[in-house]
Amino acid sequence: MSNDPKSIIEELSDHYQISEIKEQKADLLLLKIPKEDAVQFIRELRDGQNYTHLAFMTVIDYIESGIFTLTYMLHNYAAHHNIAVHVDIDREQTEMESIHELWVHAATYQRELREMYGIRFPGSPRLDDDFCLEGWDEIPPMRREFDTVSYSRERFFDREGRITTDPREHMKQIMYPIHTDND
Amino acid sequence: MIYAKRRKRMSTQEHNAPIDLESGKYVKIWQGPQHPGITGNMALELVLNGDEVVDCKTHVGYLHRGFEKLMERRTFIQNFPIVCRIAVPEPTFNEYLYAAAVEELAGIESPQRAQWLRTLNLELMRLASYLMWLGGIGASFGQATIYQWTVTHRDYVLDLFEEMTGARVYHMYIVPGGVRAGLPEGFEDRARAVLDGVERLLNEIEKVLFKNVVFKARAKGLGIISKEMVDPYGIVGPNARAAGFTRDLRRDEPYLVYDQLDFDVVTGTESDAYARAKVRHQEMREGIRMMRQILEQMPTDGPFQAKMPNVLHWEVPAGETYVKAECTRGEYGYYLVTDGSQYLRRVHVRGPSYTHAIAVMEKLAVGTNIADIAGLMVSLHTYPPEIER
Repeated sequence: MSNDPKSIIEELSDHYQISEIKEQKADLLLLKIPKEDAVQFIRELRDGQNYTHLAFMTVIDYIESGIFTLTYMLHNYAAHHNIAVHVDIDREQTEMESIHELWVHAATYQRELREMYGIRFPGSPRLDDDFCLEGWDEIPPMRREFDTVSYSRERFFDREGRITTDPREHMKQIMYPIHTDND
Repeated sequence: MIYAKRRKRMSTQEHNAPIDLESGKYVKIWQGPQHPGITGNMALELVLNGDEVVDCKTHVGYLHRGFEKLMERRTFIQNFPIVCRIAVPEPTFNEYLYAAAVEELAGIESPQRAQWLRTLNLELMRLASYLMWLGGIGASFGQATIYQWTVTHRDYVLDLFEEMTGARVYHMYIVPGGVRAGLPEGFEDRARAVLDGVERLLNEIEKVLFKNVVFKARAKGLGIISKEMVDPYGIVGPNARAAGFTRDLRRDEPYLVYDQLDFDVVTGTESDAYARAKVRHQEMREGIRMMRQILEQMPTDGPFQAKMPNVLHWEVPAGETYVKAECTRGEYGYYLVTDGSQYLRRVHVRGPSYTHAIAVMEKLAVGTNIADIAGLMVSLHTYPPEIER
């Protein structure tokens, strides 16, 4: 078993369709793997290559492409190295195989992703239990189409006499005014 | 010894049988969200058989403010005063990690003096946070006086923060490109005096808490984390070190100026609440040792802030990174994804409490006496805000 991440990926490339490989820095490698191979690939990294620590899992919403990109951040304690495994899933068919059997705390991440993005992980323990939100019946709030400002304006009123300025406009006009030749 | 024996007897009870709440054998109680035995605002849904916990579920959400969503809608500089509010007792780690991630993606290098000032700031934060925790572990085992002592000394550390940054709790000191200010005149001597005071306090606590027969009887054997649990549950920091793992990001993957400091990674063997407390107590001494070295070695002049672009026209190239640091609870990390616009595409904050307070707590609570639940939870050192973000 090699500890060199590039050799590991080369070795695994014979069995898996790995793409978009990028060495972000000496201790972080990014790569993408097809959805259907993802869990087996992650299992291989954990059991065969010593990436035994799941630092976190999360999702990036690419609403314009209709894709959710799941990120599994794995760590090898011996090599002091991280691999970020990316998996694209369809934004309209948000289902992904669960990894709760690989790491116990993955179930909590999956519960959160179900609540915040609407992604389902069949078989994951307590998946439908509320995580942070209670009785939420809107679209999952971390999806990019969920507009927090509109949601707040529909439900809450501004306090009378309160003036709100856009911070960016305020900075432009007051703190960093741009002077032209005509000034 | 009597307590330890009783715990052993209880832990051998059969917990696999389904729990029928209608049977009259069980009582369900909620510890939290407002409870002196709860760290921050979270709730434990406990099912008891007599005074023994047979089931535990952690409930969070009381502190959810949607930080990650907020940060996607604000410019890079607008996010800087937000991040410190994610973990109240330890805001500095958020400041540093956000700044480090943005610097990496934007190709900014902070000056050497800023690296030393950041390290000092982080270690002071560790000390302040541990002081609060040390009071908590004393109070949760019936020694509330210790809390008064440690919070007093934490206030002296906050005085130093006020001098250094202008603020006591949310410092907003570490910014992309460096730090906001150097040290005021005479700070080093005042800092050494505070460190001396804390060291004397730690000697007192060694005698009063760690040699106390009641604390020993209750904390030894409580909430044992086996070595086999550590990786499958994602356990990090002092909780893993007390189980014998010599893992510390400051030594294993040094950042800032940690590679220029001499310190030991403290470990334990017993992996119970007592061992975790001992590890943290000893880590406070190591932190003091490090800060004395920093005060001795750090440069006293030179820039503390890199030249930065106009914040209104600041574009960070598309990219992705994960930066991490060793906070008091272990690996704390920021995962940033940028798309070349003025806004973040995604930020994810990784806090150790995510697993320590949920998966680990839910497992360790089973078989524990209800009276020891608060002590168990404090021994895991959990912060609900970093779970909910």
